[in-house]
Amino acid sequence: MERIIDKIEFKKLTLKDAMKYFENYPDSDELVQKSLDVIEEEEKVLNAFISVNKQACRGIPIGIKDNINVKGLETTCASKILKGFIAPYDATVIKKLRSYNFSFVGKTNLDEFAMGASTEYSAFGPTRNPHDTERVAGGSSGGSAAAVASGEVVAALGSDTGGSIRQPAAFCGVVGFKPTYGLVSRYGLVAFASSLDQIGPITKTVEDSAILMNIIAGKDENDSTTVDRKIDFTQFIGKEMPKMKIAVAKQSFAEGVEEGIKIKTQEFTDFLRKFGHEVNVVDIDEIKYSIATYYIIAPSEVSSNLSRFDGVKYGLRLSSDSLREMYEKTRGYGFGEEVRRRILIGTFTLSAAYYDAYFEKAQKVRRVISKKLSEVFEKYDFIITPTSPVVAFKIGSVSDPLVYYMMDIFTIPANLAGIPAISIPFGTVNSLPVGIQIMGPRFSDAKLLGFADSIEKSYRLRVASSE
Amino acid sequence: MDFSKYRPVIGLEIHVQLNTKTKAFCNCSADVFEMEPNTSICPVCTGQPGALPVPSQEMYDLGVKLALALNCKINEYTRFDRKNYFYPDLPKGYQITQFFHPIAEHGYLDVNGKVVRIRRIHLEEDAGKLLHAGDNITEADYSLVDMNRCGIPLAEIVTEPDIESPEQARLFMEKLRTLLRYLDVSSGDMEKGAMRCDANISVVNVETGKQSNKVEVKNMNSFKFVEKALEYEFERIISLMEKGEEVERETRGWNLNTKSTVSMRSKEEAHDYRYFPEPDIPPILVKKEYIEEIRKTLPELPDERLKRFVNEYNLSEKDAWVFVEDKEVADFYEKVVSKTKDPKETANWFLTELFRLYTEHGRENIKITEDDFAELFELIKSGVISRNIAKAIFEECALTGKKPSIIVEEKGLKQVDDYALIEEIAKKVIENNPQQVETFRKGKEGLFSFFVGQVMKETKGKANPKTVNEVLNKLLRGN
Repeated sequence: MERIIDKIEFKKLTLKDAMKYFENYPDSDELVQKSLDVIEEEEKVLNAFISVNKQACRGIPIGIKDNINVKGLETTCASKILKGFIAPYDATVIKKLRSYNFSFVGKTNLDEFAMGASTEYSAFGPTRNPHDTERVAGGSSGGSAAAVASGEVVAALGSDTGGSIRQPAAFCGVVGFKPTYGLVSRYGLVAFASSLDQIGPITKTVEDSAILMNIIAGKDENDSTTVDRKIDFTQFIGKEMPKMKIAVAKQSFAEGVEEGIKIKTQEFTDFLRKFGHEVNVVDIDEIKYSIATYYIIAPSEVSSNLSRFDGVKYGLRLSSDSLREMYEKTRGYGFGEEVRRRILIGTFTLSAAYYDAYFEKAQKVRRVISKKLSEVFEKYDFIITPTSPVVAFKIGSVSDPLVYYMMDIFTIPANLAGIPAISIPFGTVNSLPVGIQIMGPRFSDAKLLGFADSIEKSYRLRVASSE
Repeated sequence: MDFSKYRPVIGLEIHVQLNTKTKAFCNCSADVFEMEPNTSICPVCTGQPGALPVPSQEMYDLGVKLALALNCKINEYTRFDRKNYFYPDLPKGYQITQFFHPIAEHGYLDVNGKVVRIRRIHLEEDAGKLLHAGDNITEADYSLVDMNRCGIPLAEIVTEPDIESPEQARLFMEKLRTLLRYLDVSSGDMEKGAMRCDANISVVNVETGKQSNKVEVKNMNSFKFVEKALEYEFERIISLMEKGEEVERETRGWNLNTKSTVSMRSKEEAHDYRYFPEPDIPPILVKKEYIEEIRKTLPELPDERLKRFVNEYNLSEKDAWVFVEDKEVADFYEKVVSKTKDPKETANWFLTELFRLYTEHGRENIKITEDDFAELFELIKSGVISRNIAKAIFEECALTGKKPSIIVEEKGLKQVDDYALIEEIAKKVIENNPQQVETFRKGKEGLFSFFVGQVMKETKGKANPKTVNEVLNKLLRGN
């Protein structure tokens, strides 16, 4: 006889416990049924999912960002241009999850082609934040973060190009992990900016992220940018961590960071010191170049990566008498404003006349930023910043794209440098979750997860004892 | 028009399809010639969302092999780039190529003593094919895309503008094809599109030193057309220069029907391909040991083989090149010589009989083997058959694959060497031609060959001419 779990219990269920449950009751479709029930209830408001797979087979219910191919399911990338496109193959991460009995209950909402920080740029409407449904869930993996935070699924996959896993995780009060570039195969992830994209977990606990990483990471013969490194991501989970040297970026307290966030970041550093870690404020001035650098490199790659959506092979086609007009109409209508903006920026920055001044220069600055971070990591184990300079904002309240772009200030450096970074919840400001970001050097993923796990557990103990 | 004061300056860009088992960036079969459309395709080569390219090691090996044979410097750091443009036969909206860091540079190819420098060689993927429902692209109701060719690996060879005549351009292409086949990196078949050539041509007035703008010529899909199109273009540019008109920088296509070139697009309309490093493929660092390993796999190259044929087989350079130029022929020649041990005689049979049959019946239908050659040579040498009969046997053997000795047996072609039989026939001939005998005996020596001919005729050519001579000498001259 299987053990029946109620909805409230399901909503709090960790991946670790769900896997245990499924091990004990492998013939049970209880978890998937509960997940579909909660989805039905929550989706009335949240809009975390673009499509729900009511035929999902039994297993551990997981949400998949709708820019990752699951064979036989629609992949929309939250764009009109891909509406109706059924993925003809499984992404490598999906293949791996299948072999661990995961069940794909739905495809989660995102900013179109993962370009955005609020999920407002979805052709299927914004995802609402479970903590305050008037507010955004963050983005671009807002659907995945909201689905995990609301308990619709036990875990989800997101993709992170400039903070798209970490920032929505922070806004929704869950854990989001961006691995070292090259640890997780991108095969089957619809490319946004290939040199920055990385798939990663969004979970309720750090330990769950480590568990998921053990499943999805690994060298893939279909992705030549993956590296051959055997890492046990759970090796330091639950272990007592030695005292660490931690750099808190001076920029965490700079202008443009909300007061509440500054206070929480300060509180976090105090918290670390209390546990015996050495924390120093370090000026990482190069961070200020990261947005300009990112908004040249990413659109450049976008302008090329999104060329394949041309109305010829799949997705939307607006017919016309001439080929050129067919391209213009299809792409002009099929892509939303932000995507078009980035394609145009990228087309400009790659043009022969401006290549050296923009793209080539940005590549150089990217190396400078990486080098600076490496220098900091020679002296410190980790760097901390707030994940986002702001808490979740009201839907429709931000209209200037530059304001949006500035929100990525703390998350982008990790993508530019290809290093691992995690966002963990650290309390709230005005009942809205705050996330703290911890970055480590390349391939320090297991240690980073271990450290984050120890902090998370100590913090929970403190919260529990104060209640 | 006075041609003598004008000199063409020609550079070539040649695309060579590499003979790999798989496509450049996926595991689809690269052998797609005459295949059903869209049957050798996968998510990668059709540009499905999320699919990623993984470069083929074999493509890289063949590229390096080719570059070494063209005396190039192999770059230690190489990388792939994207060339962005929209066209329905290009599923990703970009071609993966090498723009900034090609695999090799600074080589050369010797064409009959003329050194043509190679600027660079780079690897890239081919595009698909469009099939228009109608006579041409502008009037077609719709077009279909065949993606079988998408992702087939190509090596692009770019020469310096060292070529001095349309004929030399053709000779360069022919020499390159020979090299490709020796290396077994490509079939080099222009008609099947396995080798494609674009040319840049400008013209210099040697008296004034004035040089025209450069014109690019495309669509030359045979060796002959390379020469013809460039000849046409050379004359066209001269006539413009003579009239004092500006030569427009443009791309022109060779039109097979009109035997002329027509403008395709001017330079002002040239694309900005927005090249940038392919982020899906890490750069490649080439080790010296790897280059040496590939160098070891290089076969004997045409120039070396030519020298050897001249020295070892005592052939003239001209005859030797006829064999060496075609690797298959040269290989066969060497096999035959190893059995017949007679390079000179073997060469004669090749140049006269074998090549004639190749032309008349197609090489693939010629079945003669090196053992057949050896047997035939032995039959001649031992006097079993005459040289004349040998030719007929050669042809039959070549076309049917039957052993020469069996053909001799079946058709009773064995040389008649029976002294008594030949004497009997000769006597009959003398008896039947009293007139000629009398004339001969009166001193008309020239008639001797008449009697030889008559005896040969009676024996259907099978009589051993030596014996016939002997017998007739005795009967007519009494010695």
